[in-house]
Amino acid sequence: MLRLGCGAGFSSDRLEPAIDLAEKGKLDFLVFETIGERTLAFGHRDRKLDPKKGYNPQLGARMRGVLEHCKANGTRIVTNMGVANVPDAAKLTIEIARELGLKGLKVAAVLGDEVTHLLTPETRLFDNHDRMIKEVGLPLAGANVYLGIDAILPALETGADVVITGRVADPSLFLSPMVHRYGWRTDDWDALGRGTLVGHLMECGMQITGGYYADPGIKDVPRLADCGYPIAEIGADGSAVITKLADAGGMVTKRTVKEQMLYEVHDPARYLTPDVTADFSKVEVTEQGRDRVSVANARGTKRPDMLKVTVGFDGGYFAEAGVSYAGPNCIARAKLAADILNERLRRHSAIARQMRVDLVGVNALHQTALLDGPSVAHPQPARGYGTSEDVRVRVAMRSTDRAACETMLWEVEALLCCGPAAGGGYRGQITPSVVTHSALIERERVKPSVEVFVA
Amino acid sequence: MRKIKLHEIAHARAGDKGNTSNVSVWAYDPGDYLLIKQQLTAERIKAAFPRLLQGPVVRYELDHLHGLNFVMQEALEGGVNTSLGLDSHGKSWSSLILGLEIEVPDNALA
Repeated sequence: MLRLGCGAGFSSDRLEPAIDLAEKGKLDFLVFETIGERTLAFGHRDRKLDPKKGYNPQLGARMRGVLEHCKANGTRIVTNMGVANVPDAAKLTIEIARELGLKGLKVAAVLGDEVTHLLTPETRLFDNHDRMIKEVGLPLAGANVYLGIDAILPALETGADVVITGRVADPSLFLSPMVHRYGWRTDDWDALGRGTLVGHLMECGMQITGGYYADPGIKDVPRLADCGYPIAEIGADGSAVITKLADAGGMVTKRTVKEQMLYEVHDPARYLTPDVTADFSKVEVTEQGRDRVSVANARGTKRPDMLKVTVGFDGGYFAEAGVSYAGPNCIARAKLAADILNERLRRHSAIARQMRVDLVGVNALHQTALLDGPSVAHPQPARGYGTSEDVRVRVAMRSTDRAACETMLWEVEALLCCGPAAGGGYRGQITPSVVTHSALIERERVKPSVEVFVA
Repeated sequence: MRKIKLHEIAHARAGDKGNTSNVSVWAYDPGDYLLIKQQLTAERIKAAFPRLLQGPVVRYELDHLHGLNFVMQEALEGGVNTSLGLDSHGKSWSSLILGLEIEVPDNALA
């Protein structure tokens, strides 16, 4: 049996439950998954500001927390915390290993996911109405292909204690240790489909142990504040049980597993990764006992010929500012403030093109679904406005023109004196922005490699 | 017949890839699944949020697990790195769909 743990399901995931797993999980492998479309963009942004950065900002804290336990327990680490700078992530891990006295610790860096050089201005973006890269009108910031197990397996074969990658398909981080241990053929599509299901279930960490799930009174989760990360016990045939440490909070049930099975999945019969076209449509989910859920019957067919690439563009700046109103008639005052901002900021064409005004606490998340957006033409609260004791006017925009962003912040702050009665709590910020789209490239053009570092 | 919120009889989870959102909807009680499957069609979802959903909505069915998966293209204002919305992932999409109403027979326990 192979025991895999997940110690992070996203960039900013919690640390101490991961240390618990490293210490008490009796794991063969501990996997940290930390890249999303958003956090990969942040990685490119960070590396642009400092060429030594661009890896996961929590890499140091995580390695300091788990390396000694993992070494003592024979647990190997696989992680994509390299994000947009794998070599510097590996070097930092080596430094930390030396600090901890773990002489000889071996780190294998998986390189080759950065494929900016393989794209041309004519490359099509399939998620952007097949427009070409040159039609986006923004400078290219970086492009990363989703590598698969064929890139990670050679790193595992070096015997490394820690394998660090950049962009790889999330399930591949988990599937590669299974293939490494059990020797599955990389064209045994059913086995890869079963392993990919397990990887997919594990990749978001606590989303399968009670996180992203609780709804008080109808879907209660025990001790969510101390939720534990998941453990997968995997058999040689790819069948698996999902569980957690007995003393950790949270829960593993048929329902948490089902929700996670379709998380970010489109057609359940065709879940595409670089390794396999996985079929989850016939999966059986069975509760085997408290916090023990088995999954079986995933399948697979041939892997895709084309690999997905996330293409990042330098999007200039993202600016966000807000001001709050409270007490009687606060929604009407907030709406008046929004009307003023709409009227004044739309005089600046650079701002008007990409600006949005929300009333947080009233209609911020699904404004367009529920009512007409604020406008000067309809100053009265429209259908759908309820009551509230405090409301925040929020303005957001994206622009390559920093001055336009500063103008917006200034206009929102000016409302303190020039706007409706009793506005307060102004905050505004401008941050660098990376815009991403997706492209496909031929598998043969991608040449991953491995570099080994020793402490 | 009477109307109840889908939230009373089903749970849901939203995920995002680029500008596409997917929401899986699961009946708590397998006995309610058919009712949900009959009423919660892709067309119903598309019609309920005409200004949020700029693209097509496709529904996949996992009858043996009593779940439906709605895939909604061009639903996230460009996606997580493009949207100006507070919830640029569309994580709250599941709650939006659970707010839709389902007609249940008067004698149903739900």
